[in-house]
Amino acid sequence: MKDLNPKLLKNGEAIPLESVATLDFDDFSDCLLAEVRKQGRVVACFGVPAAGEGSELELFALVARDRNACVAVYRTRIGERFPSLTPNCPQMHFFEREIAEQYGVVPEGHPWLKPLRFHNAWRPGADAWGRPADQHPRSGEMEFYRVDGEGVHEVAVGPVHAGIIEPGHFRFQCYGEKVMHLEISLGYQHRGIERMLQNGPHPATMAQMETIAGDTSIGHGLAHCQVLEALSGCEVPAKAQSIRALALELERLANHVGDIGALAGDVGFLPTFSYCGRLRGDYLNLTAALCGSRFGRGLVRPGGVLFDLDPALAGEMLARLKGIEGNTMGALELFFDASSVLSRFEGRGRLSRSVAEDLGLVGVAAKACGVPRDSRFFHPTGVYRHLFDDLITEETGDAMARARMRSREITVSIELLRRIGTTLPEGPIRAPVGPLKGDALAIALVEGWRGEVVHVGLTGGDGRLRRYKIVDPSFHNWSGLAMAMRDEQISDFPLCNKSFNLSYCGFDL
Amino acid sequence: MLELFLHLLLLFALSPLLLGVIGKTKALFAGRIGPPFLQSYYDIWKLFGKGLVISRTTTWVFRAGPVLSLAVPVLATLLVPFGAIGAPISFAGDLIFFVYLFGLSRFFTAAAAMDTGSSFEGMGAAREVTFSCLAEPTVFFSFIVLARLSGSLSLDTMFGQALNTAWKSAGPSLILVLACLFVVVLVENCRIPFDDPNTHLELTMIHEVMVLDHSGPDFGMILYGAAMKLFVLGALVVRLVLPGSTGNVLLDTLLFAGGMLLLAVLIGVVESIMARLRLLRVPQLLVGTLLLSFFSLILLLR
Repeated sequence: MKDLNPKLLKNGEAIPLESVATLDFDDFSDCLLAEVRKQGRVVACFGVPAAGEGSELELFALVARDRNACVAVYRTRIGERFPSLTPNCPQMHFFEREIAEQYGVVPEGHPWLKPLRFHNAWRPGADAWGRPADQHPRSGEMEFYRVDGEGVHEVAVGPVHAGIIEPGHFRFQCYGEKVMHLEISLGYQHRGIERMLQNGPHPATMAQMETIAGDTSIGHGLAHCQVLEALSGCEVPAKAQSIRALALELERLANHVGDIGALAGDVGFLPTFSYCGRLRGDYLNLTAALCGSRFGRGLVRPGGVLFDLDPALAGEMLARLKGIEGNTMGALELFFDASSVLSRFEGRGRLSRSVAEDLGLVGVAAKACGVPRDSRFFHPTGVYRHLFDDLITEETGDAMARARMRSREITVSIELLRRIGTTLPEGPIRAPVGPLKGDALAIALVEGWRGEVVHVGLTGGDGRLRRYKIVDPSFHNWSGLAMAMRDEQISDFPLCNKSFNLSYCGFDL
Repeated sequence: MLELFLHLLLLFALSPLLLGVIGKTKALFAGRIGPPFLQSYYDIWKLFGKGLVISRTTTWVFRAGPVLSLAVPVLATLLVPFGAIGAPISFAGDLIFFVYLFGLSRFFTAAAAMDTGSSFEGMGAAREVTFSCLAEPTVFFSFIVLARLSGSLSLDTMFGQALNTAWKSAGPSLILVLACLFVVVLVENCRIPFDDPNTHLELTMIHEVMVLDHSGPDFGMILYGAAMKLFVLGALVVRLVLPGSTGNVLLDTLLFAGGMLLLAVLIGVVESIMARLRLLRVPQLLVGTLLLSFFSLILLLR
């Protein structure tokens, strides 16, 4: 009888690589599917070229067991082809496409095997689609799903959009005004961040982490720091933990308030649109008061934070927050009280709970469908262990639910800020970070404002990063948007898109 | 001759100001300073000084769209009384001419949009034509009410002094007509809640998406034409509310111009406090308006 029990680790914990058994692919596949059937969800899956010669690829899959507050690690080896898990486990579909694109291996039986980010394979001479290695693949060059028939037409939107937003291509198959299918093709902003981290961390790494998705600087910065701290065994001082949580909640507030404003703008509802634009700035300025950068750049560093928060400043920030809170509640009330707004949002872009679970959605989009997903609650670190107890979900799964989720999270975050601000511990704000342990694996789950940010670090024998995996919440949630658009009016797409408000660059990496 | 001159002067000089007033009102509600009142004039002036980019796939139809969208409101305005200034051209049945002048311009705008071969613009054309189809009967029912009240089939008389007595004899009917015409002004000029003239989201646009490919002077003509269309259709509403005459042409003209600006403020207020309707709801609302106009006729014939 083989021992198939996986190695478990907690959020922000490192384990020696040798403690993770390498399974046969069949066992790996059985275990993973069983895990997902038992409410597990794949938080990261990635390949690492096996040590030594040969073209073998080590495959790691990390599955979160939310109820037990731990992550199960599975490991296997694959050759140039392997049977795809996607048909039985849809949340694997992007991970498998990603692995296929990065290492040129083919997941056989994948129902939708297309490039994801349009870059050359990381291993020369191996390309899952046989694209020439000497030239860069063209973004968006793939077979789009097509619907044929009378009255069916195709609408292509992007990659250049009318607003000042990021590039992405949307291909709609419409019957009149009704959308039958939406296919999303991204990768226009692929910068190769994961590869830049190989043999890292480098001096520039921290700045790169803060720009994975510019609106989630704190979220990604924090996740990266937690991985390095886990790998080096560094204990972050309590005060630094508080300041980090403060910054993370401020980031959430700024973005949620900005999102509600943008949603109001999309339906031409000016009062909330105008208020929220200003209020977002107020929250950003609170972050600036903390560290000098409105987006929190340069605040979070391995071992702690760079900027101290003395009680006087904390008091002033809480006083300012009080004023902003009143205005925010007023703007939200205007929004949720206007019948013309409600009629516009209710029932649009509806996702069922089962689809959300199958696709492994995270964050606001998942919670809006009634799926409890919040790593602050299930995998808490730092001050969240004793200060956070408010896991919110909505039931309807439509644009209204996503708007309401944001509005309710705003209330929770303000309350949380107050708790953190009034229980600020004394002490140092930074601890020294030693060298990274060799041959170890660490994971960090941070609930960014959009959802769960996952960073996984894998070190080689020399204590440098051998592989670094980043999973932005947008990675899972873009498929949710595509599904939500089915049978919707094409004129409602901007609204649905905004209600998800996903990151293009966080996906593209 | 002087009247004709004054009539056109009012139209050409005042129409872009309406857009400025709407913009200022919206800015006021949002707590912003907003663009200056004369911004639309600057925009039009700027566009007329620019070059043109024309897609190779297009034909003469594409160029004809903007020309008609400017020429039609100018022609149509000659049939409408501005305050005490009577309509320069008037004949029995000109109300039908009036409605189908706008139909002609719509036909060419939609044809020009489809001429570009863009999927967006085709969608916009489909939407615009659908909604106009539904707005047209409302206009006719409203006109029939007015025609019956004034006993004339020309707009000059229908919106003339006869309205003074009509308000006393058939007030409820006229209030319904007023509501219908106000909705028509909002629909035809793509204002919120039917369309959002300020949106950048092509997929939600109706009118704006049809003119995406126009640039430079062509686009200037479209903007100017749109401002005039708002002015002409707005003039009907204002005339309906302020049918009186003081006998002094200058005073009457000022009164009329003031009414027009007030209408612009009203449109600005509507846009500030309402969200846009869902596209599917627009036809429902238009059918509702149609029933309202039908009801106003029944009320009159009762």
